[in-house]
Amino acid sequence: MKKLFKMVAALTALCFLGIFQTAQAKDLTGELEIFSWWAGDEGPALEALIDVYKKEHPGVEVINATVTGGSGVNAKAVLKTRMLGGNPPDSFQVHAGQELIGTWVMADRMEDLTPLFEEQGWMSVFPEGLIKLIGTDKGIWSVPVNIHRSNVMWYIPSKLKEFGIEAPKTWDDFLKVAPMLKEKGIVPLALAQNWTANHLWESVALASLGAKKWDALWSGELAFDSPEGVAVWELFGKVLEYTNDDASSLSWQQATDMVVDGRAAFNVMGDWAAGYLSTTKGLAPGTGFGWEASPGTGGEFMFLADSFGLPKGVKNLDNAKAWLVTLGSKEGSDAFNPLKGSISARTDSDLSKYNDYAKSAAADFAKDTIVGSLAHGVTANEGFMNDFASVMEMFLKSKNAQMTAKAAQQIAVKNGIAK
Amino acid sequence: MREVSRDRIKAFLTLLPSIVLIGIFVYGFIGNTIWISLTDWGGVAALAEHPVKHFIGIQNYVDLFTGFLEGRFRQDMVNAVFYSVSLLAGAVGLGMFIAILLDRKPKGEDFLRTVFLYPMSLSFIVSGTIWRWMLAPQGGVNILPTYAGFKPLTFKWLSAKTTVLAFNWQNLLQIGLYLVAVITIIIGFIVYRNSRSKSVKWLAIGALSGLTAWIGGDMLPKALILEEIHGFNLATLGIIMATIWQYSGYTMALYLAGFNGISQDLHDAAMLDGASTSAYYTHIAIPMLKPITISAVIILSHISLKMFDLIFSMTGPDNAETGHPALNMYLTTFRANEFARGASIAIVLFLLAATFIIPYLITQYKQRRTR
Repeated sequence: MKKLFKMVAALTALCFLGIFQTAQAKDLTGELEIFSWWAGDEGPALEALIDVYKKEHPGVEVINATVTGGSGVNAKAVLKTRMLGGNPPDSFQVHAGQELIGTWVMADRMEDLTPLFEEQGWMSVFPEGLIKLIGTDKGIWSVPVNIHRSNVMWYIPSKLKEFGIEAPKTWDDFLKVAPMLKEKGIVPLALAQNWTANHLWESVALASLGAKKWDALWSGELAFDSPEGVAVWELFGKVLEYTNDDASSLSWQQATDMVVDGRAAFNVMGDWAAGYLSTTKGLAPGTGFGWEASPGTGGEFMFLADSFGLPKGVKNLDNAKAWLVTLGSKEGSDAFNPLKGSISARTDSDLSKYNDYAKSAAADFAKDTIVGSLAHGVTANEGFMNDFASVMEMFLKSKNAQMTAKAAQQIAVKNGIAK
Repeated sequence: MREVSRDRIKAFLTLLPSIVLIGIFVYGFIGNTIWISLTDWGGVAALAEHPVKHFIGIQNYVDLFTGFLEGRFRQDMVNAVFYSVSLLAGAVGLGMFIAILLDRKPKGEDFLRTVFLYPMSLSFIVSGTIWRWMLAPQGGVNILPTYAGFKPLTFKWLSAKTTVLAFNWQNLLQIGLYLVAVITIIIGFIVYRNSRSKSVKWLAIGALSGLTAWIGGDMLPKALILEEIHGFNLATLGIIMATIWQYSGYTMALYLAGFNGISQDLHDAAMLDGASTSAYYTHIAIPMLKPITISAVIILSHISLKMFDLIFSMTGPDNAETGHPALNMYLTTFRANEFARGASIAIVLFLLAATFIIPYLITQYKQRRTR
């Protein structure tokens, strides 16, 4: 079995060598402008990727246009003005899924990448569930570079022993131990500013609805103000009672710090927290800090991904296509992801290059049901995401599940998700 | 005669480039924004190469003020009003106070002046970040008392959930009438000394609108179907503090320049007549600086209406408690792709700023004519 695997690996490697040779045979020259928001901690990862590209195409001058700002708040606005002004970059970073489709594909600004996917054999190396979420019936619109998991609950094993509890498997378990923690003066669940409330909401909603109904919510088959939809908000309201009340002035790192310091027991955050805990806080994965799928979502992998697409009317088409090939290649993704702290979207990546957390995440990614994240742009378009932030504020203020569910349904209708 | 007209042509030619540029880039674009705000540009395919826009009249504005989903905009407006009023009171008051202290010519006046003016030179992003750290719930200002052996403060400067002076947006009309009543009655009393008849008119308007609001009560048309409570969120206190800190130095400089412009003779004469220091300032110096107060109010009020970067760096984009229409405009336009809705928020802000600036320009113009 192992031999067979090696042979397959060698064959794929050979295939890629062949492709690289044909690409090199063209001897690309000129420029390539790539637009992203990977300027801070992610800068080195992007550099590694550019290095791979430069090795293959030494004749191309890469212009690395980055606009700082977490999850692209500023970059996206700059990109929009550039696209409206008729000056698209050769390739740009975008959250895979509806954030790309709802904004750029619906506006007919992107090239269909299906031919590229078929030519590179990506149809079989990327999971089917993923390809479905980054495409529409008209085509596939971007090349995913990395995969992050949204539904993860973090804790410190030694502290849990001190508190005398175990990591809860369901929200019911959580609600059982939470009052005891609160009595001791420990915050059961650390929360940070508004977007992390959206982030927690999607984990709670997935637990409450299950993967099937979660998908139904986004295809418009299940209404947000249906009894199931209201139940999500009710559960979310119960969970919120056990969060810290200074949440809105904390960054997600500060909320994670609360768990590390023992001021809080748990934190639901995406798996970029693994990088923060191991690199910045110097804790060992597994022993220093622990993780579980967030309560009630075992066997489900809520993903978000960064990807690059190909806008229509770019100046350096061949260079941009070669860039996408590098992104989707095994070599490229294994150069980028260990540094970024994410896992590769490919199912055949070289796991020896990754840390312990990423190994466990990659194993889950291969076997779990894959669903898309709302807070990070997979399941809903930008209009809905913007309005949802207001709906969330409405709930945080009023704690009225019925009214909030109604409002959520209204914005879903307004943004073309529900009928 | 010929000489004059040639001068005029020269002046016109010199001004022409700026007239054209301002015409296009300021007034042209204001016009374009107004036009966009009357369309339905937004939603799916808003960013297509040739987006489809339909004329829908003032629907966007109606939605902003009465739509079920735009409650956030209304809270932002309420925030902006409280924010502007507190900033005006704080920055003008504190600036004037420091200016009076410095006008007494203490030792090291030059140095102190620089110290107080310095915050002005910082970018809002920088001062916003510093203040966010200082107002963190478990650090900065809140742990100051511990140095003196007291318990730390627990007030959440930027995330308090308490709302004071809350009112129901449904009763907007009634509240508006009460406001009109209060303002006109105050004007009536101020005018009383100069002209009895004018004063009576003002008082009559005030009494009438107050009575309508009082008797009308629930009969008055409601602005919304559902009850919607807005008020002064205490979470904005932190932002107000930071802005006052940054701008009081500026108003201080304005007043200081004004005080220096008052001739020493006037001061000496007042003193000779037996005026106390406080009487000198309240009855002579400050009334003489009315033009300066007016310009400070105008500059600060439109700054507070445009405030974006400080709030963005202190509490981030999605904090409705401390939201501001300018932030909402940016997010609606460039995050949600609702270009028309964003344009209508921009126009509302523009009109609000105009209500401060246009009366000022008119009085200036009139004064120049009478001279």
